[in-house]
Amino acid sequence: MAGIEVTALHKRYPDGTVAVEHVDLSIGDGELFVMLGPSGCGKTTTLRAIAGLERQTTGDIRIGDTLVNDLPPAERDIAMVFQFYALYPHLRTRDNLAFPLRAEGLPKPEVEDRVAEAARLMRLGPLLDRRPNRLSGGEQQRVALARALVRRPRAFLMDEPLTNLDAELRADMRTEIKHLQGELGTTMVYVTHDQVEAMSLGHRIAILNKGRVEQIGTPLEVYDRPASLFCAAFIGSPPMNLIEVEVADGKLRSKGGLVLTPPPGLPRDRSLVAGVRPEALEVTEPGAEGSVPARVVSAEWLGDEIIYVVDYGGQRDVRVRMPLTVRFATDAPVGLRHTGGPPVVYDVNTEELVA
Amino acid sequence: MAVSVDEAVSTGPVRDRTPAARRFGGRGRSVLEIALLTVLAVVMLFPVLWMIETSIKENRDVYAIPAKFFDFTVTLDHFKDVFVASGGGRSTLSVAFLNSVVVAGVSTVLATVLGVPAAWAYSRFSVKAKKDQLFFILSTRFMPPVVVVIPIFLMYRQVGLIDTKLGLILIYAAFNVPFTIWMMKGFVDEVPAEYEDAAMLDGYTRLQAFWKFTLPLLVPGIAATAVFALIFSWNEFVFAIFLTSSDTVRTAPPAIAGLIGGTTVDWGLVAAASVVFALPVLVFAYLVRKHLIAGVTLGAVRR
Repeated sequence: MAGIEVTALHKRYPDGTVAVEHVDLSIGDGELFVMLGPSGCGKTTTLRAIAGLERQTTGDIRIGDTLVNDLPPAERDIAMVFQFYALYPHLRTRDNLAFPLRAEGLPKPEVEDRVAEAARLMRLGPLLDRRPNRLSGGEQQRVALARALVRRPRAFLMDEPLTNLDAELRADMRTEIKHLQGELGTTMVYVTHDQVEAMSLGHRIAILNKGRVEQIGTPLEVYDRPASLFCAAFIGSPPMNLIEVEVADGKLRSKGGLVLTPPPGLPRDRSLVAGVRPEALEVTEPGAEGSVPARVVSAEWLGDEIIYVVDYGGQRDVRVRMPLTVRFATDAPVGLRHTGGPPVVYDVNTEELVA
Repeated sequence: MAVSVDEAVSTGPVRDRTPAARRFGGRGRSVLEIALLTVLAVVMLFPVLWMIETSIKENRDVYAIPAKFFDFTVTLDHFKDVFVASGGGRSTLSVAFLNSVVVAGVSTVLATVLGVPAAWAYSRFSVKAKKDQLFFILSTRFMPPVVVVIPIFLMYRQVGLIDTKLGLILIYAAFNVPFTIWMMKGFVDEVPAEYEDAAMLDGYTRLQAFWKFTLPLLVPGIAATAVFALIFSWNEFVFAIFLTSSDTVRTAPPAIAGLIGGTTVDWGLVAAASVVFALPVLVFAYLVRKHLIAGVTLGAVRR
């Protein structure tokens, strides 16, 4: 086991595309580290550079104390799980698991022991004699995980391993991966574009955008204080409401009259945007104390809560999370008020967090 | 519940009428289809049929007027003449057939050996101006062979490749490599690159990964591509007739064409030689027909 250090990683393809602009990561030993971002943000390229499947243009990668820049993938002592599983189609599960060990030249009894152990961990017993085309997507992914396990690598690299599974199975596998990582204590770098997956799995999350790291932090830090407008819009479902505000009389005021408690240390001379989570707002009866007049545009009934989309005073599509007990009809005139603490505030021009 | 209501509403006659109309439409269409296809088949197959008939007729029946369709004596003499010279020993035609086998076979192997790895490289790696390169490769096939035959002739004369099998092999391979690259690229694109990535993590080099994991999955595509390349080389006429002259080098198409001319034409021999010439490709295409269809629908069409 080992930590992974990525320093000033830059990847430019021969055709001129820059996949990774500049990435620094410091992943701790035994950490489950998630790289999150939209497609094309450079997260997969970064992972493949760590794996050795891509050669970075500049920058250093260390696994443990070893500088691995010039090592081929096989000598980096890592295992990778792919989005399309990449099980060898002509081999049965048993041989798929044994394959990397045989390639290493381990003695036969040890290969068998390790395969049996991995099969037990991932509960693959009945599947051992099937070929990949006789396995369901979930089963294939479990075999792929087991194939990564048998190597006992210093680190696991996961490239969107759950993307091809249906929603229910995905949740199950998520739990399984988290549990497994906790039990083995192996460093894991997990790439995903799904923020729910990132939030539920990661010890820490790195949010990437356009080949750069926008923020690194624990799921809670990332949720509570997104470091940039991009992170604010990316994390959370429904996403954070971004409301243009100005500072007046010691308060944050938005165009429609909504008043927010300002965080300390706000700069005065810049145009600002406040990020307000849907749960920090409240839909009320029209005219309730401290509320501004608003109109319900739509209501999404999610079973345990309702997401109201409201317009008020020129601000459109503000999302509010409400309990099921509070019900308003579409188009109904309502009130909207802020209930949480001071919101996070961003500079419109730099798109960065200012307070 | 809704289903039973529907069933109760729909009465017998209504239910009968719809399928009946559909059945009639189906029959009407299929009759028309069969008629058209029959006409097409007759038009397409008649020359082939006539060739086969001529090849097994005696010479006086070949020239009979009115033509004899069914009532003639069957003979295999023409087929014997294809392979055995009149004074005994090998005929020039049989030498030409052997040349065709060598030239078509070697050039196809050459095109496949060069084209498949190239297709893999174009599919897997990020190459500068990849699209332009691929377009350039394809552009070599834009013009018909006859356009370049004279410059090729002059070049070959300089380097001494005129009237050699090697010359034909090289030019056929050159024509088949672009085709192989384009068709195989489609197939390689279909094979997830992750197999190779996984193999590389398991300790193989990139080339080993390609050889051990991607290549076996490409076999159907390679078979389809190679058959197309083989058919091209086997049937090629223009280069063969311009670039070769001696009987020991000439391939079958110009050799068969050479039978026509002079005062009398032995049509029986021409037909028999043509039948022998057509057979291998037919048999080969039949053997790999599944792969051929896969090649047409999967490899070439997508992307």
